Amino acid sequence: MNQKSDILTVENLSISFSQYVKGLKTKKTTPINNLNISVRKGEIHAVIGASGSGKSLLAHAILGILPSNAECRGEIYYQKKRLTEERKVQLRGKEIAFIPQSVNYLDPLMRVGKQVKIGLPKKQANSIQESLFERYGLKKSDAKLYPSELSGGMLRRVLFATSVKEDIKLVIADEPTPGIHPEALSRILNQLRQFADEGVSVMLITHDVVSALTICDRVTVFKDGEAIETTEAENFKGNGEGLLHPYTKALWNCLPQNQFTLYKEVRSCR
Amino acid sequence: MEKLKYVIYKLTRGITLLIGLSILTFIMMHNSPIDPITAYVGGDVNISLEQRAALEAYWGIDKHPVEQYLTWLKNIVRGDMGTSKVHRRPVSDIIQEKFLASFALMGLSWILSGSIGFCMGIIAAIKKGKVTDKIIKWISYIQASVPTFWLGLLLLIIFSVWLEWFPIGISVPIGVASSDVTLMDRIHHLILPVATLSVLGIANVTLHTREKMIDVLNSEYIVFAKARGETTWQIIKNHGLRNVALPAITLHFAYFGELFGGSVLAEQVFSYPGLGSTLTEAGLKSDMPLLMGIVMISAIFVFTGNMLADILNSVINPCLKEEI
Amino acid sequence: MQDKKRGLNARQKVILTLTVSIGLIFIAIIFSFILTNENLTTNFAKKSLPPSWSHLFGTDWLGRDMLTRTLKGLRLSLFVGFLGASIGAVIATILGICAATLGKKADYIISWLVDMFIGIPHLVFIILISFAVGGGIKGVVCGVAFTHWPSLTRIIRAEVLSIKNSEYIQMAKNFGKTKWFIVRKHIMPHIIPQIMVGFLLLFPHAILHEASITFLGFGLSVQTPSIGLILSEAVKHISVGDWWLAVFPGLLLVLVVKSFDNIGEQVRTLVEPATANE
Repeated sequence: MNQKSDILTVENLSISFSQYVKGLKTKKTTPINNLNISVRKGEIHAVIGASGSGKSLLAHAILGILPSNAECRGEIYYQKKRLTEERKVQLRGKEIAFIPQSVNYLDPLMRVGKQVKIGLPKKQANSIQESLFERYGLKKSDAKLYPSELSGGMLRRVLFATSVKEDIKLVIADEPTPGIHPEALSRILNQLRQFADEGVSVMLITHDVVSALTICDRVTVFKDGEAIETTEAENFKGNGEGLLHPYTKALWNCLPQNQFTLYKEVRSCR
Repeated sequence: MEKLKYVIYKLTRGITLLIGLSILTFIMMHNSPIDPITAYVGGDVNISLEQRAALEAYWGIDKHPVEQYLTWLKNIVRGDMGTSKVHRRPVSDIIQEKFLASFALMGLSWILSGSIGFCMGIIAAIKKGKVTDKIIKWISYIQASVPTFWLGLLLLIIFSVWLEWFPIGISVPIGVASSDVTLMDRIHHLILPVATLSVLGIANVTLHTREKMIDVLNSEYIVFAKARGETTWQIIKNHGLRNVALPAITLHFAYFGELFGGSVLAEQVFSYPGLGSTLTEAGLKSDMPLLMGIVMISAIFVFTGNMLADILNSVINPCLKEEI
Repeated sequence: MQDKKRGLNARQKVILTLTVSIGLIFIAIIFSFILTNENLTTNFAKKSLPPSWSHLFGTDWLGRDMLTRTLKGLRLSLFVGFLGASIGAVIATILGICAATLGKKADYIISWLVDMFIGIPHLVFIILISFAVGGGIKGVVCGVAFTHWPSLTRIIRAEVLSIKNSEYIQMAKNFGKTKWFIVRKHIMPHIIPQIMVGFLLLFPHAILHEASITFLGFGLSVQTPSIGLILSEAVKHISVGDWWLAVFPGLLLVLVVKSFDNIGEQVRTLVEPATANE
């Protein structure tokens, strides 16, 4: 799978956690099992799956921010070289950017403008922050507010603004779009597409199939901790004939704009 | 406006608590089987009935308790806390004299224990699970089990008796006229008591700061900060300190109570003439007015600490601002 | 990958620590009974001896064996501390439950009382109570008992309040069960762990306070020494260089208090599922 243009390759990734069950015994859960996925240079690769299927864990593993009781096996390669923990520390925020899922990822006691400015070069920080806010439709005065004073949609756009840096080569966006009104939504989608066109790769983790399909190049479908199919975005059309796995087909067909049926087929794929 | 209402509410509540406390104290004093006259005179001396009646009248003990209490309360409001039976001087004078000495002792210890505890707590949280953390935790847990006065004794043994670095006690050199006592002398005499009193306070702040810091370090915004490439030091500076300083300071203000209690012990070990040793003496010699006076002062002290903590909390934490 | 099953997991460690702590205390208590009063007779031939194999803790200025004295003193301190903590726990439980179940007025009064008592420094209050009760052992026990109940009361009150509003209590009420029945059958089992943990954690504080107050000179007579008293006597002899009079008794006290603290903390981790997974 190591094609020339792959910027990120994940091989046989497994992530497990151990918990206390009764008394003194422990139990292991393995949300991600032997996952294989790759992202090409300059492409938007959507990772689609149901909520709770472990997609965020994938993002956290790439960035090296898994909780301390997680056990990780398998390999991740970035630009053909092994992504060790030290490399993750060096690259994140500089070459690999993370747009997180929940707005709780913002510091509640710091004004949002200041949070966007962290990590930016000191001299241009102010002007960059102002232009970012403008780009995402945030008012200049919003910079002085605290996270608790902004709406959910505005916070999402702030989160987006924090990820744009000079040398970014790979953006991992974890559910960046729930709860935003259409105008902001299209702004964000356009921004992601722009990233890709400029050569920055994007891994878009989401359960919003429709939005993802408007901008992505490839799709990987996630189910029960495994990648069950990776296919081109164009294959998502018609009755899903171009799709191989029955779960993927069912996923496509049960969307409102398609037949909206086949719900029981989705369940029967288990 | 909201803020002001809050402050007034707290003040009123505090005053009602203090009044309640004074009533309670008074009731306890009054019901004490210790006869103040016998205690004052000493067990072996026999005094005649007339002398006893004279003393009772002088101290006002013969009047009805409620009347006694109201008189006492009236006087307090006017600033007159009665007369110490043992020292034969106004209680307020005595308290004023000793207050500064105690204030120096407690104030220094408070600042020292707060700063050291805070730093240690943060270090322990950053190095969670590693050796440094384990050592800091272990030290803190031991500190909580060590009685203040025993620690004072140990320090006395090591530094005053064996090494002879510091004097054995009191707050000024013996035999030196008070006008000749320099600041250095005072500091010299203060070091061991302050060290003793600080130690217990350190453990408290360390453990609390460590816990809060660990919470902060585990929270999502720190995870995000890490993902954005902030170094550990940057994270602490930008996010950690702000979120942890407030709980730590609030806790430390609430520590005023323990501080006072500790000073009673420390002053005893080092024969340091502050409010603490005066209180002990008043208790042992059944000096009621002085006892009550110092008890009220200590209560006011603690109450002030708690109130400062609450106000600080509401001012600095913007999220709470709206809730009040 | 590392094998995480190697070594004890956290819960097994808890049981181990518990056993060690309880064992230590047990041994101390047993020894305090074994060592006879013979060692306590005045013997000027053996005056002020530093620690040796025959006198592990040395002897004091009257020739009495310090080890025996310390252990007996410890037993007394433990007893007073235990009594104090038990009474305090009982008061806290009763008040806590009452505050939560007897309606708003009772709650308000009790909370106000709690706030008032919390506002006094512990030691100051113990001195006050000791004085008020007339001194002696009674004074010390009362002092220690009545100083610690406020914080435990708050905890119990909070627990009961949170249970009170849960569904199965509402169901019991709907079935017509009396308040007393509900308290006994539903609320008590739920808060027993809290009470237990609270008591175990009160205990070390109570012991320390007892030592402190006897150190200051309140309460106990010279014939029945507690560790505080032993230490206060030691103060007078420090300048002569008899360091063992102060160091060992204090050390033993620290060990015992620490053990009890440990026990309390361990029981708490066993009982509270939130911290159990650490």
